[in-house]
Amino acid sequence: MAVGLRALNRLASNGLIDRFGLRDPAQRVLHGASKATVRTATRAGRTFAATQKLSKPARQPRTGRTDLFDLTPDDEQQLLRESVRDFALAKLRPAAQAADEACATPDELLGQANELGLTMVGVPEELGGAVAERSAVTTVLMAEALAQGDMGIAVACLAPAGVSTALSLWGDADQQATYLPEFVGENVPAAALAIVEPRPLFNPLSLETRARRVGGEFVLDGVKSLVPRAADAELFIVAAELEGEGPALFIVESGGAGLGIEPEPAMGIRAAATGTLIIEDVKLPAGALLGDPGCELMAECVQLGRLGWCAVAVGTGQAVLDYVIPYVNERKAFGEPISSRQAVAFTVANIAIELDGMRLATYRAASRVDQGAPFAREVSLARRLCSERGMAIGSDGVQLLGGHGYTKEHPVERWYRDLRAAGVMEGALVV
Amino acid sequence: MINLETPKKFEFLVGQAHQVATEIFRTNSRKYDADEHSYPKELDMLAAVIDGMNEGGALSGAGAGGVGESNGSSKQKSRDGNRNGSNIASLLGLIELCWGDVGLALTMPRQGLGQAAIAAVANEEQLGRFGGKWAAMAITEPEAGSDSAAIRTTATFDEETGEYVLNGEKIFVTAGDRAQLIVVWATLDRKQGRAAIKSFVVERDNPGLILERLEHKLGIRASDTADFRLENCRIPKENLLGSPEIEPKRGFAGVMQTFDNTRPLVAGMAIGVARACLERTRELLSEAGVEIDYDLPPHAQVAAASEFIAMESDWEAARLLTMQAAWMADNKKPNSLQASMAKAKAGRTATDIALRCVALCGSIGYGEGELLEKWARDVKILDLFEGTQQIQQLIVARQLLGKTSAELK
Repeated sequence: MAVGLRALNRLASNGLIDRFGLRDPAQRVLHGASKATVRTATRAGRTFAATQKLSKPARQPRTGRTDLFDLTPDDEQQLLRESVRDFALAKLRPAAQAADEACATPDELLGQANELGLTMVGVPEELGGAVAERSAVTTVLMAEALAQGDMGIAVACLAPAGVSTALSLWGDADQQATYLPEFVGENVPAAALAIVEPRPLFNPLSLETRARRVGGEFVLDGVKSLVPRAADAELFIVAAELEGEGPALFIVESGGAGLGIEPEPAMGIRAAATGTLIIEDVKLPAGALLGDPGCELMAECVQLGRLGWCAVAVGTGQAVLDYVIPYVNERKAFGEPISSRQAVAFTVANIAIELDGMRLATYRAASRVDQGAPFAREVSLARRLCSERGMAIGSDGVQLLGGHGYTKEHPVERWYRDLRAAGVMEGALVV
Repeated sequence: MINLETPKKFEFLVGQAHQVATEIFRTNSRKYDADEHSYPKELDMLAAVIDGMNEGGALSGAGAGGVGESNGSSKQKSRDGNRNGSNIASLLGLIELCWGDVGLALTMPRQGLGQAAIAAVANEEQLGRFGGKWAAMAITEPEAGSDSAAIRTTATFDEETGEYVLNGEKIFVTAGDRAQLIVVWATLDRKQGRAAIKSFVVERDNPGLILERLEHKLGIRASDTADFRLENCRIPKENLLGSPEIEPKRGFAGVMQTFDNTRPLVAGMAIGVARACLERTRELLSEAGVEIDYDLPPHAQVAAASEFIAMESDWEAARLLTMQAAWMADNKKPNSLQASMAKAKAGRTATDIALRCVALCGSIGYGEGELLEKWARDVKILDLFEGTQQIQQLIVARQLLGKTSAELK
């Protein structure tokens, strides 16, 4: 059997495609595929330079905590959430399918998203930030609202915010003075955290990207996978194992020698223009090390990133729920709306139940971040829920629409693809 | 301001409930599981202690009696009007007690769900007569379970004596033999459907209330489940809870509203049992050399640890959904949807967790040397009573889809 198939394959590859005049299209496809993997240099970006000197790094203070259980966002959070949600539904949703196909988010949308101040929430006020206190909750609410429009575009919009928050949390005075002004200005740079590496069973606390100290500087080698807006990014924060010192974060400006980008489109979040960042013998100055090396900071970075992915999964799950409700009420089979059947109605009920559980677990973890309470366990639980239950919601969304859900006529197939990211991705969306 | 931590102000209550659960419930767990129908006399002593506790003290809020109306104390309110009151307090107390033993918690003197019904609809005079008594709830009939609008027990008004005369059969009455009062659902006029269904308070020693039998059950064997026959059972007309008028618009809805307050409590019971399972399983796994690392991706740790985190994450979702429902009740927000979501998630999650914990612990989990097998039997009731899993899903679906009970059956 296998021998026969192999023979058929040889025949097909030699003769048949010529006989049917298929050689040219086949070659075009092959040519396109190889072209897509051509490596390019990273973007020649702006020069980051400190305009003022800071004597010490600025940090947002913790919010402290109210004793009472409370699910009501404060006035500022409600305002932000509503304006972001309005923007997401009015602008992101209509652009989502085209962005998914193009593997890129239009610059115009990115510019409008920047006006929402996404990159300013995590930045201390004295450095031009928008929020007085540490507020992972606020970022989570905004990310959730943005993803209600589209998850891929949301990731593209939020990636620079992940970098500005990371610089605010862990940057020293020089790093903050050098980079943060750009993130609170008019022309926010594309930027992204690069944590994921391309291999099965990837564990972000066990990195194969290597950093060594050479003289007073660092040399980095490795490959980073699924970096949002990789080709456009002017700044990366790269996770690497620093020899003898543990996992560490490095600030890497684009355009340097040894840095390369390959497009890396994936199953979903395609509007985020994910790419592979190739790092070959890249020399970094002494000031490139962000925070203290070691598992403690790396774990915190990974946890805060997972929270961001939880938030966009919750928003996407909400989009699914809001889409399937009118569909199952209007779609008729056997003479009545399909929602009159328990099998359909219960599926909708379970989407809502699991989604609310995901949301509450995410909010709890985020509020613990703001309060300065330990949050490793809470993030882990939220992550598992958003990964597994979120994926189930994506699958149920398609299932409820039947064959129609499998086509590009409806967005549920995109949400199915996007929601799988919540369990795969790391970093990027640090809140 | 968003905060999902358990308020410190309830720490004392939770601590006391935990002590009771540890010292009295756990130590008697196996005994009353083995000896079904025998009265757990240890609880009488406990009841006396609870009675002696001052107001605001701990276990006054641990049962069902306190839910519903928040007592309006200004101390419970924060400046922005947020309130954490008796619904959250009752929930937290009950989670602890059911961590100890759900069967014993269900048969705590004077803590039956009947008090929730009384608290929800009784007038001042009735509260005076019935408040603080041990009240059981009699809704289900042999031919009407989830379909509680189809009950056949009748209540006929006797003009001469000014009494209602109840006739019918009631089953699955939790603590029915032990309670002082039974809140009985009966219809004033079967032809008029739901609106004619009212609740009536019957004293346990009423000669017309005849105990048929006590059920033998899969679990919660410490809690007796009574079946009654009501045979010309006469009660004063003042024992009808709520309005005696048949009002097609409200009637049944009023009775059903009780569930919005009690469903989060039953969800809380499930959360308590599931937490017991998780804690014990984690200890046993730890002895077996399995440690939980919350930072590792699921595929990068041993399967048992990964499974544990999966169970714990569902438990957390169930717990937070339940806190949400209780919090909404405390803040007088309509919570029928959230109450059913909590009950659905907690009921199925707790059952799932308990059974998986048994499997993870192997023969130790399955054997009677541990309580895991008992918890896995006990927990199943929590996905059944106070509305089955499927009834909760119906309620949630109808609300989301904007459908009536006729449109989504």
